[in-house]
Parts: sequence; C-alpha cells; structure tokens
Amino acid sequence: MTKPSKKKMVGFYTLMLKIRKVEEKLMEVFANGEIPGFIHVCIGQEATPVAVCSHLTDEDYMANTHRGHGHALAKGIDMNLFMAELFGRRNGPCRGRSGSMHLADASLGILGANGIVGGGIPIATGAALAAKYFKNNRVTVCFFGEGATDEGTFHESLNLASVMDLPIVFVCENNQWAEFTPQSVHMKIQRVSERAAAYDIPGVSVPNDFNTIHKAAEKAIQRAREGAGPTLLEVQSTRWHGHFVGDAQKYRPTEDIDAAMQSDCIADFEALLLEQKYLNSRSIKKIQEQVLQEVDSAVEFARESPRPETSELMEDLWA
Amino acid sequence: MREIRYIGGINEAIREEMERDDRVVLIGEDVGRPGGSFGASRGLLDQFGADRVIDTPISEAGFMGMAAGAAACGLRPIVEIMFMDFMTVCMDGIVNQIAKMRYMFGSQYSMPIVIRTPAGGGLNAGPQHSQCLEAWFAHIPGLKVVMPSSPPDAKGLLKSAIRDDNPVIVVENKALHALGGEIPEEEHVIPIGQAEIKKPGNDVTVVATSRMVHESLKAARQLADENIDLEVIDLRSISPWDKAAIFDSVTRTHHLVVAHEAVKNFGIGAEIAATVAEEIMDELDAPIARVGAPFVPVPFSLEQAYLPNAQDIVAAVKTTLERNF
Repeated sequence: MTKPSKKKMVGFYTLMLKIRKVEEKLMEVFANGEIPGFIHVCIGQEATPVAVCSHLTDEDYMANTHRGHGHALAKGIDMNLFMAELFGRRNGPCRGRSGSMHLADASLGILGANGIVGGGIPIATGAALAAKYFKNNRVTVCFFGEGATDEGTFHESLNLASVMDLPIVFVCENNQWAEFTPQSVHMKIQRVSERAAAYDIPGVSVPNDFNTIHKAAEKAIQRAREGAGPTLLEVQSTRWHGHFVGDAQKYRPTEDIDAAMQSDCIADFEALLLEQKYLNSRSIKKIQEQVLQEVDSAVEFARESPRPETSELMEDLWA
Repeated sequence: MREIRYIGGINEAIREEMERDDRVVLIGEDVGRPGGSFGASRGLLDQFGADRVIDTPISEAGFMGMAAGAAACGLRPIVEIMFMDFMTVCMDGIVNQIAKMRYMFGSQYSMPIVIRTPAGGGLNAGPQHSQCLEAWFAHIPGLKVVMPSSPPDAKGLLKSAIRDDNPVIVVENKALHALGGEIPEEEHVIPIGQAEIKKPGNDVTVVATSRMVHESLKAARQLADENIDLEVIDLRSISPWDKAAIFDSVTRTHHLVVAHEAVKNFGIGAEIAATVAEEIMDELDAPIARVGAPFVPVPFSLEQAYLPNAQDIVAAVKTTLERNF
C-alpha cells in the first residue's frame, strides 16, 4: 500500500470540502427555485467518492447513482460545467438534458448517474466487459446504496462480473436509509458485504473513514486492474439529510439524525491532517475560502450560461 | 440465388457481421456451445470464441444493462432474448437505459445494440412464450423495431440493425424460423424503414407484419377468385415505419386493412390507422379495418382459435369494401 504525500492528502481534504460546499450551495439554490426537479445530496458521505476515485485515471469508468454529485466531482468533472448541467444549461456535458439525476461525462469515463435504483450496476458491468475485451487496462467503479443491493440487477451483475472475472469494483455506500426506510426493515444482515460470498468474490466492509476507505479501495482496484476480478466494497456511513433536498424526514427519529451528524468524515480527516501537521488553522481557512470562491463562481457561471433552445428538443435522439 | 431458412438467415447475418467488425459480440442464454435455443448462433462459438460469443447466466436484466455499458464503451452487442415474453424482465435496461442514454447524455454515448427476440404463437407454447410485444417498444423514443417476415429479410434487416448506431429490436417470428426462401449470393442488406409490396393490387391495401404477411398473401389468393385485388404490403420496419409507401398505396386503392398477430387493442395497427385518418382521410373510400388477436393472453389449448389468420383478413377486407362511404 502506498502512503499518499502531504500534497495529495491536502488535495483529498480540499476535494471532500469542495463536495460538501457544492452541495450546501445546491441546497440553497434549489430552495430558492433556481434548480427545478429533484436533487439528492451526499453530505456526510464525501470520503467514499474521494477515497475511491483517487485510485482512478481519467480513462477508468465510473457509474453512480441519483445521489451522485460527489462521485462526479471526485472523478474530476469540471465544476463549472457540472453546475451548468445542474442548472439545465446547454453547455453542460449533457446539454442540460440530464440535470442532477442522470449526469454523465464521457470525457472522464463517467457513465451516468442513474434515476433507477440499481440501474447503473449492470451498465458498469458492461463497461468492465468492454475494458476486458479491448484489454485497455481500465477499471470500472460502480457506486450504489444499500437499497440497490435488494435489486435483482445487483445480484445478476455481481454474478456476471464474478463468472467473467471482470475488472470492476462494486462500492456500496451504506448510509443506512433506503429512501424513507432503515436498512433493518429490508435486510437481516448488517454488513452488505456478506452478499459477496454468494458470488465467490471478496466482500469488505469499512467505516466512513477516509484512510480506511482509501486503503481498501486501493486493494480492490489493484485486484481488478490485475485481472483478478471484482470486489464488493461496503462503506458504512450515515446520511445527514433527507432522501431528497426538501425531505422533512418525518419517518426518521430525531436521535438518528443527530447521531448521523455526529459522524463527520471531513471533520475527522481534518483533525487527522492537523495532527499530522499537514494542515493548520490558517491553511484550513485559506482552503475554505478558495473552495467557497470556486463554488460561488461555478454558480455564477451556471447562471450566466445559455439555456437550451426549444429547437434543440428533438436533437440527440438518434445517432 | 440460393435457398436458406429464416433461422439460417439470422445465423448468417450474425456470422458475417462478426467477421466484418470485431466490436460485434453476441450476448445471451445458451448462445455458446448449445448454439442458441433456436439455433441462431450455431457454430459461432467455435468460430469466434468465448470472448465474443458470451453465454450468460439466466439474468436478462443483468446482461441487458451490461450490453448498454459495453456499447457505451465501444462494443456493438447483439443481445438474444430467448422469447420475446422475457423482454419483460429486462425492461429497465431497454426502456430507461438503452433507449435514453444517447438523448439524456446529449449524444455523448451511442447505443449500437441489437436485441433479437423470437415472438409469436403457433408452437403451443402458451401465455408466457408466445406474445407479440412490438408495440411496447415502438412506443419508446430511441428504439427502432423491425419484424422480418422472410429468410432474406431476416438476414438483411438484421445486418442493417447490427450496423446501425442506434438500438434496434429485431422481432423474429418463431413460427417462421423453419421457413425457406431464396437469397442472393452477394451481400444482402435491407435498409430499416422500408416496406415492401409483396403483391401489387388495386382494390384494398393490406399492411401486414411478420407472419401475417403470409396470411395476407393467402387471403389475396382466395379473394382473387372473387375478383377482389389486394395489394399486400410487408411493413418490415415498425419504427420507423414507411409512411410514404403506405400512403402511396392507400392513395391508389382507397381502402386499408392493417393486420398483425399482436392483440388488436393499442397495437401498431392503431398507429397506422390513426396516421392515415389524420393525414389522408379524404383518400379513404371506406372505414379502415384492423386484424389482430383477441384481447386475451395466448392460450395453450385454443391457440388456433386465438391466432389471427387469412380468414380474418378476408373478412376484414369484405367488411371494408361493404362499408364504402
């Protein structure tokens, strides 16, 4: 296992903070009506996308979920273009057709967030099939929640990837809530990773701690890249906010929300970097200011970006 | 010219296109060593190997979505769904993913995917192995749907489908798999979207699909004895469909019958009839008649009573002629 440099560690911290600040801003602009539709935030879960995607190249593939801002930013999407897409502007990577829930960026191997729970898992499996076929050394990472592991597509895809030894890592972000229902109502196991045993692939569960996830992901991605087959990696985290922005969470005990917010992967990582003297209060303040400025300027970029013309409605359907 | 069977045409199309383009792969259940449940992939595993002839577990939802990801990343998958009825278990992959990935991602990804699937009754296979569900897919923007009725069309349309950069659903009729027919020796490709006049005629246009083309030709022979001259058009492509060819024929015969094996209710006959009524109503000398299966599942024991046939077409033709405005 490689130990990341100070510069890299600070970079990971900055990226996690960026995801958090982007989403806090999104909640604000969503509330004031600038973004229509639905958005889903991953606040409290930022460590996973950053830790996992830190091992990927731009050529590697990634498929994710409706709660996908963190994954896209961690895979390297340009924040301005990301924001333009969420604002439905024509200069977004999907020309404003995807919005938050279906965001894709082919230039970075981002195969698309998915509005269908479990919908991205077979797609990611197919990307891995193509990578194996073309022998291009690319790895595919597929993010999904624990709710998706109750879908047939999860089981079918893990089995397919297993029997074909595909270069893929299945990353389950277990935030303990499948929409409005806690995990315990939907499954008798606590560790989703146990499901890997049925497909004879490694199943690993780690807590929502950056370094632990980083190490586990490195191992799984290396295994995939070496042609040794898939891994199911589960990160046991918490969901700070509702299923969607605006969800009053009446179904959820206040104590559960309070407990979730007690666990903050960014604060934990910040404390670690302070302890290691990679950061100090001054550098943290500077990073925070830079991040906030970047987020504000992305929102401004999106606001000023052109909306699609009605004449574009029928475009892009056919090759 | 040489003689081939319908299923042989399918096999030849896959083989030739796999030889032509090494990005073409075949994905499905029993497509490897067994050569496919109906023999469509016979010999392909030996010729192309297991990397390209991918025999999957019984996981239609899994491998349909897998085809989407593979297509996004450079492969050109042909997916076999053993019976069209099984399309129901992979509808998410087809409808929410494959059909939409190009549009919703602003043309960043293309979906050069062929989904081949045998449909239709006639084998006493019962309610869950006999349906014709083409209208479901024709209703989805982003999907093309073709239904070959003959061995040369099976080959030619499948080759076009494989070369198409869009998803194409090739609905075969399994009762036609053993049908023989002549095919040219040279390369044989039928463009998607072109109907074919199978029998020219002056009195009534019969637009038919798949097996109903043959029933329509039977009806035409029978009605010829009564001096009724049918023009039988094989629609071949369901979406897009050849509106120009149908309009041209209706403009000559002024009578229209649409015949398909799927249930009549909400079928493609409704789309064609509605379009003709909307756009060239004044060319019609009588109401349009539709022929389709009754609105029940395909029964095991009463299949022949269920399946629409030449007599239903004869009756529909007579009805429309009797109802001249």
